[in-house]
Amino acid sequence: MSSRSSDTYAGVPGWVVTLAIIGAGFVLLPLIAMATRVNWGEFIPLVTSESSVAALWLSLRTSLTATALCVLLGVPMAVVLARTEFWGQKILRSLVLLPLVLPPVVGGIALLYTFGRRGLLGQSFEALGITIAFSTTAVVLAQTFVALPFLVLSLEGALRTVGTRYEAVGATLGARPTTVLRRITLPLVLPALISGAVLSFARALGEFGATLTFAGSLQGVTRTLPLEIYLQRETDPDAAVALSLVLVVVAVIVVAIAHQAGEADGFRLRRTAP
Amino acid sequence: MTGRSEPGPARGFEYGAGSEPGSGPAIGPMPGASPGPVFEIEAEVRARGFAVSLAVQPGETVAVLGPNGAGKSTLLTLIAGLLRPDAGHARLGERVLFDVGAQHRSRWLPPHARGVSMLAQDALLFPHLSALDNVAFGPRSQGSSRASANARAAEWLERVGAEDLASRKPAQLSGGQAQRIAVARALASEPDLLLLDEPMAALDVSVAPALRRMLREVLADRTAIIVTHDVLDAFTLADRVLVLEAGRVVEAGPTREVLDRPRTPFAAGLAALNLLVGVRDGDAVLTDGGHRIRVSGLAAPPTESALDLGAPPENPAPASAPPSVPGARVGVSVRPSRVSVELPDGSPASGSTPGSVTALHPHSHPAATSDPTRNVLRATITDLEPRGDLVRVRSAEIAADVEPGLVADLDLAPGREVVFSFPADAALAYPL
Repeated sequence: MSSRSSDTYAGVPGWVVTLAIIGAGFVLLPLIAMATRVNWGEFIPLVTSESSVAALWLSLRTSLTATALCVLLGVPMAVVLARTEFWGQKILRSLVLLPLVLPPVVGGIALLYTFGRRGLLGQSFEALGITIAFSTTAVVLAQTFVALPFLVLSLEGALRTVGTRYEAVGATLGARPTTVLRRITLPLVLPALISGAVLSFARALGEFGATLTFAGSLQGVTRTLPLEIYLQRETDPDAAVALSLVLVVVAVIVVAIAHQAGEADGFRLRRTAP
Repeated sequence: MTGRSEPGPARGFEYGAGSEPGSGPAIGPMPGASPGPVFEIEAEVRARGFAVSLAVQPGETVAVLGPNGAGKSTLLTLIAGLLRPDAGHARLGERVLFDVGAQHRSRWLPPHARGVSMLAQDALLFPHLSALDNVAFGPRSQGSSRASANARAAEWLERVGAEDLASRKPAQLSGGQAQRIAVARALASEPDLLLLDEPMAALDVSVAPALRRMLREVLADRTAIIVTHDVLDAFTLADRVLVLEAGRVVEAGPTREVLDRPRTPFAAGLAALNLLVGVRDGDAVLTDGGHRIRVSGLAAPPTESALDLGAPPENPAPASAPPSVPGARVGVSVRPSRVSVELPDGSPASGSTPGSVTALHPHSHPAATSDPTRNVLRATITDLEPRGDLVRVRSAEIAADVEPGLVADLDLAPGREVVFSFPADAALAYPL
């Protein structure tokens, strides 16, 4: 990456810098404020209590499963959106990205009327003896629903940037479409795939509204970390703050990984002689 | 179809030179010398105004020339299977690549099943794979084991002289090195037909000759189609050329034939020849610009003279060739280096004697206007363009290559009226 040396004239107006500092403060100050309220003496017992550990463990399990589902479904979605042309594609793309802007509670209600006991598909599942609503499966579905657009969005952009030239070369060398996807397309967009997956994981980990609506809050079954924090806030604010800090740390790690993958993106596509 | 084995009736007859077109020097293909399928295509893409048919014999290399937007790349993408035609068919030996028409069911072979590989202007090496893995990609995709694919890749890297680059990533290669490896990669997939889309265009002039030499070697007995802007590529690599303009074939034939006797201004420009077009008038040609050009051999029976800049004739002109048809359209080609320039009053330069100019500039003939065997064209200079160590002096109808000293001596500049002249034996006339 190009590192701008400090003696290069940048031409950024002073008022822009001022507003940027205020913006950064707006994001960082609440985190600092929360850190000042952490009861450090009780920190370890608070985050290792039975309900906390159950919530943390459930959150990690469901978020990882949701991320895997996002990759499984999101990669084909991104490929189809980026590489094919069909009628209504633009509308479909907008609709697929809808969960990004939809209030999660609305998403939860929509899921309930799809997979719930009396839902569109739920009735069929019910006949087979499978209940989805208010189970761990529901948590995973809710998280996948809200996180999927992140992966599709970042991957589709990368696919368009990479273009089809390498894929065409691969095809003329005798590689079938599946071979081209596996050996050319996916390696080329791997950094975007990683950063998209990390963002999806982060979104799944923080999911609250859709989960509460669609999956409820049963300890060890559907009560994920954000739900646990919300409940603890009423009874034990110290535990809520401690658990919040855990989530912040996880989020910082996730952002760092995503940023790293994004940096690699620029490196991989550079094609210059030494 | 434009197979080289069928010279059209118009091509069999020729003024001035005794060689039969189509019987070029030893650069022609040797049928039977290299087994391989015949390639044929006839395709139409209406949205691009493209309608071309072409046949390539086994082991033959055909160069496709033409201005930008003429449809050269369209032709290659159609053959590779990256674009569907509106109508047409193509086959490579027994394999039908596509057959799209109104009356029957369409057939369409996807690119990976065609046995056609393509080398583009950019090497387009897969950036995440090493040079060796890039070359091994084709064999691997066709089902070879990793070991045998790697062995074949190593073999090809050696053939293109890049064995020491095997473990490098594309980002660590220069443009010339990358293009060498791209050639190895294209050939390692053992295509029945190789397409080259301006393979030298993106390279430094310093590395292009080495790659051209290497391509000449690997294309020697291979069926290939090369799109190029460079007339040198056509001469060194191709047996035949096809000139496309606005989606149509405007000229086709053996390389020397087309480039020595251009029929279109584009081909004349490529071959760096003057092309004067007109009608036969006795022993001369009356050009559309109103000049009467005497051409040696037009009156006399054809002889093997210096006129024929092309191949030594293998066959005498066929007896069936019409000897002369007054009024028929005729092209006259003249090399700019054989055209001289002087001032209208006959004094070539102010401040220097005619004799000294002649000594300095062998191509300038001060007495030209009075010499009855010289053709004289009075014209206004439109443009001066340095070409190597000569200067090309252009007018609307004719151009001359003169030494820079003459330009200074005669004070040549655009807008100036001068006299272009060339001897009758510098002109080659042929029917259009």
